[in-house]
Amino acid sequence: MAKRIEVSDLNIYYGDFLAVEGVNVSIEPRSITALIGPSGCGKSTFLRSLNRMHEVIPGARVEGKVVMDGQDLYGADTDPVDVRRHIGMVFQRPNPFPTMSIYDNVIAGNRLNGKKMKKAESDDVVERALRGANLWNEVKDRLDRPGSGLSGGQQQRLCIARAIAVGPDVLLMDEPCSALDPISTLAIEDLMTELKDRFTIVIVTHNMQQAARVSESTGFFNLNGVGQPGRLIEFNPTEKIFSNPDQKATEDYISGRFG
Amino acid sequence: MTATKTPTERPPAQRVVRRAGDRLFAGSAKGSGIFILVVLAGVAAFLIGEAIPALTAPAEDVPGGEGLSGYIAPLVLGTLLGAVLALLVATPLAVGIALFVTYYAPRRIAAGLGYAIDLLAAIPSVVYGFWGLAVLAPALVPFHVWAADHLGWLPLFAGPASTSGRTMLTVGLVLAVMILPIISAIAREVFSQAPALHREAALALGATRWEMIKMAVLPYGKSGVIAGAMLGLGRALGETMAVAIVLSGGAGATLNLISSSNPSTIASNIALRFPEATGLGINTLIASGLVLFVITLAVNMLARWIVNRRADFSGAN
Amino acid sequence: MSTSTQSPTRVAEEPGGAIRRNRRLPRYAPLGLYVAGIALGAVLSALTGFSIALTAVYGAVLGTLAVYTGARAVEGRRKATDRLVTALVTTAFAIAMVPLVSLVYTVLDKGLARFDAQFFTNSMFRVVGEGGGAYHAVLGTVVITAVTAVISVPIGLLTAIYLVEYGTGRLKKAITFFVDVMTGIPSIVAGLFAFALFTLLFGNDVRLGLMGSAALAVLMIPVVVRSCEEVLKLVPNELREASYALGVPKWRTIVKVVLPTAVAGLGTGITLAVARVIGETAPLLITVGLVTGTNLNPFDGRMATLPVFAYYQLTQPGTDTQAFLDRAWTAALVLIILVMVLNVVARLISRFFAPKTGR
Repeated sequence: MAKRIEVSDLNIYYGDFLAVEGVNVSIEPRSITALIGPSGCGKSTFLRSLNRMHEVIPGARVEGKVVMDGQDLYGADTDPVDVRRHIGMVFQRPNPFPTMSIYDNVIAGNRLNGKKMKKAESDDVVERALRGANLWNEVKDRLDRPGSGLSGGQQQRLCIARAIAVGPDVLLMDEPCSALDPISTLAIEDLMTELKDRFTIVIVTHNMQQAARVSESTGFFNLNGVGQPGRLIEFNPTEKIFSNPDQKATEDYISGRFG
Repeated sequence: MTATKTPTERPPAQRVVRRAGDRLFAGSAKGSGIFILVVLAGVAAFLIGEAIPALTAPAEDVPGGEGLSGYIAPLVLGTLLGAVLALLVATPLAVGIALFVTYYAPRRIAAGLGYAIDLLAAIPSVVYGFWGLAVLAPALVPFHVWAADHLGWLPLFAGPASTSGRTMLTVGLVLAVMILPIISAIAREVFSQAPALHREAALALGATRWEMIKMAVLPYGKSGVIAGAMLGLGRALGETMAVAIVLSGGAGATLNLISSSNPSTIASNIALRFPEATGLGINTLIASGLVLFVITLAVNMLARWIVNRRADFSGAN
Repeated sequence: MSTSTQSPTRVAEEPGGAIRRNRRLPRYAPLGLYVAGIALGAVLSALTGFSIALTAVYGAVLGTLAVYTGARAVEGRRKATDRLVTALVTTAFAIAMVPLVSLVYTVLDKGLARFDAQFFTNSMFRVVGEGGGAYHAVLGTVVITAVTAVISVPIGLLTAIYLVEYGTGRLKKAITFFVDVMTGIPSIVAGLFAFALFTLLFGNDVRLGLMGSAALAVLMIPVVVRSCEEVLKLVPNELREASYALGVPKWRTIVKVVLPTAVAGLGTGITLAVARVIGETAPLLITVGLVTGTNLNPFDGRMATLPVFAYYQLTQPGTDTQAFLDRAWTAALVLIILVMVLNVVARLISRFFAPKTGR
């Protein structure tokens, strides 16, 4: 269930290029943490380092510590694949598996890992995940249809259902609404507020109103210039960030005086 | 924020825990790739190994009695003659076809026409041999007679004209048909990739369609056409069955394209002699195959180099 | 962009002036002029005893000239050049169609004579004149091609997976380059390789179906690698990420997500690769040879294959020459049909196995 993530002195490299520098932060369980900042400031990179997804890119590596409830995610004997089973991720663009039905998409995390399940058991997992993602009522009659036939917002909720069906402790969301229309966005935001009772949620967003609406804490990333590493400038309760930030740079960004 | 180490002092590479399934799968994928390199090296090694007896044998023991180079030289001449003839005929035609399919044919049928040209590439070479022997050779006999009468002053058409049409000229034309789809496929691809911006800019200046092609398409596609021609040349050099069936060869070195005595080509000579060859004869044929391997390898590497160099540049502009 | 020989001032001759009225040839005039040229060509060729080939040659030249001069007189030099190139380019395409049509017509014409049940049910065992068939050769081709595919597909597919999913640095570059180079190996050289390899392993005078398969595999593997590589590259990275994010190991992601997504393209590519080698003759000629009876064991002695069968029927006819020629052409026809069927199957695979969108 929802767990705390402690990040200390985290540097992220792509090859010899230092992309993110010196991040120290503590992410609270059962809450939504938003990460904001201009493009290219490393907030997505940081997010991906929390479940070691950045390692998919050749040459990417980190220094520093990421600890989840006492377990070092970058420890020598930690399996990155297993890390991702505990820390799920939802991406910018909905990406259901095109070869699979809605049902198979939801159960994919279990089935792709070769887990043997009885029909009743997997039915149960699918229903709970889809209910959890507020999608059950819309798709319960067409579970055998391709997942790519749904609308964009439904596809994104399908992806959330797929992520929570694995039973993770943490959900990372990388701009989950940027490809969606306002109504679908609202549906996802409502869903996030419901999900935060069960998961630690970290969301990267370009949309400051969204950060202000859904999150308890907000981190502001920025970089001094092109080729410079991104840094976590300020991390505070969302209310404080948007009303009375500690840093000048944060205030400039919030009020639109940046760049 | 804490001060950080400079990025230059690199920590030891992150130790990644990998599961058995991943190791096995990645290993077999990598192994397959390496296996291909081994096979290619093996092709070279085995050919050299089997060719050595012929390389070291005394000249009079090699078939023909004039040593290995005396045996292979006319074959190389024949191989080059046929392939170059094919290239000269096929390249302009292929460029024309590619332009027709990409910029002249009505949109609706262009894809179908392109597919028809691709069918030429799908037909087995032995069938081309049949066709060359039964249709093209007899059909070209009048041209052979005409060329001997009117172009006889050129060494290429010295004559006397063959009465069967089974000459280097016919072979060159059959090979031209065979490599036509290869060259035109690549030309089609590069022509269709010519930047739309340049094309539209040319048209906006009031250029006619041909001026647009001359300004925006041909300069862009030039290296692609050259590379396609090289690949076609490689194919023509190595073509075996069509030549073996059509050509009445084995007459030693001559540039005469239209007489009934022609040099053979390396590939067709192997196909014709190998089934009955024994002992040193086999080694000699394999040595000639090695020469062919080296020639085609050089041509193909050159072609790939041109293609790759082009690919490096095409992304940016 | 290269500098054009056409200076811009010439393209816009009257800057600021009114748009000129178009002096154009009527729509079907160029075609009419071309046809007139061909008709004149026919007359010319009739002077020296009519022939279709001469008509075509004269016609193409005269027709092109007629279009050019006609356009030149009415539309001006630039338009005329444009028309000239149009005529040339169209003629080039027509020329390329001639051998295709002629070849298909000839093979049908000569091949249908023996396209009968006997051809597909009899071998050449103890046949010296009429009758007989290519039963043994068709099955031999199927067996050898199947063995080739069994060797080539796993190696080719795994290599493509390595190049797309795992490969980095020098090794990837080397494999890519040499696979490209390998596509250019002459088929006869592949045959010599298989011969040399098996001679070293099993001594002189060995002839096996397996040798033929090894030779064909050398030709087929690079084709499989290239086409599979292209297809795997088309699988969106997002799907791989989605799978990794679910805690699925990389190899399971490839096997259960990437490959199923690409299955249509992979099937098409592999089928076309099979079509590419099924008609190969030269390597089989020197490794597998030919027999008159039916041998379906690729590990034991010579086998008959369709292309080699066709070749020998044509070039070494026995006493009843026509019977041998008929069988040769029918074999060629069957070969073309096989290749065309494979091409059609490849297209159907890509149509029916493509991921469904459900909309």
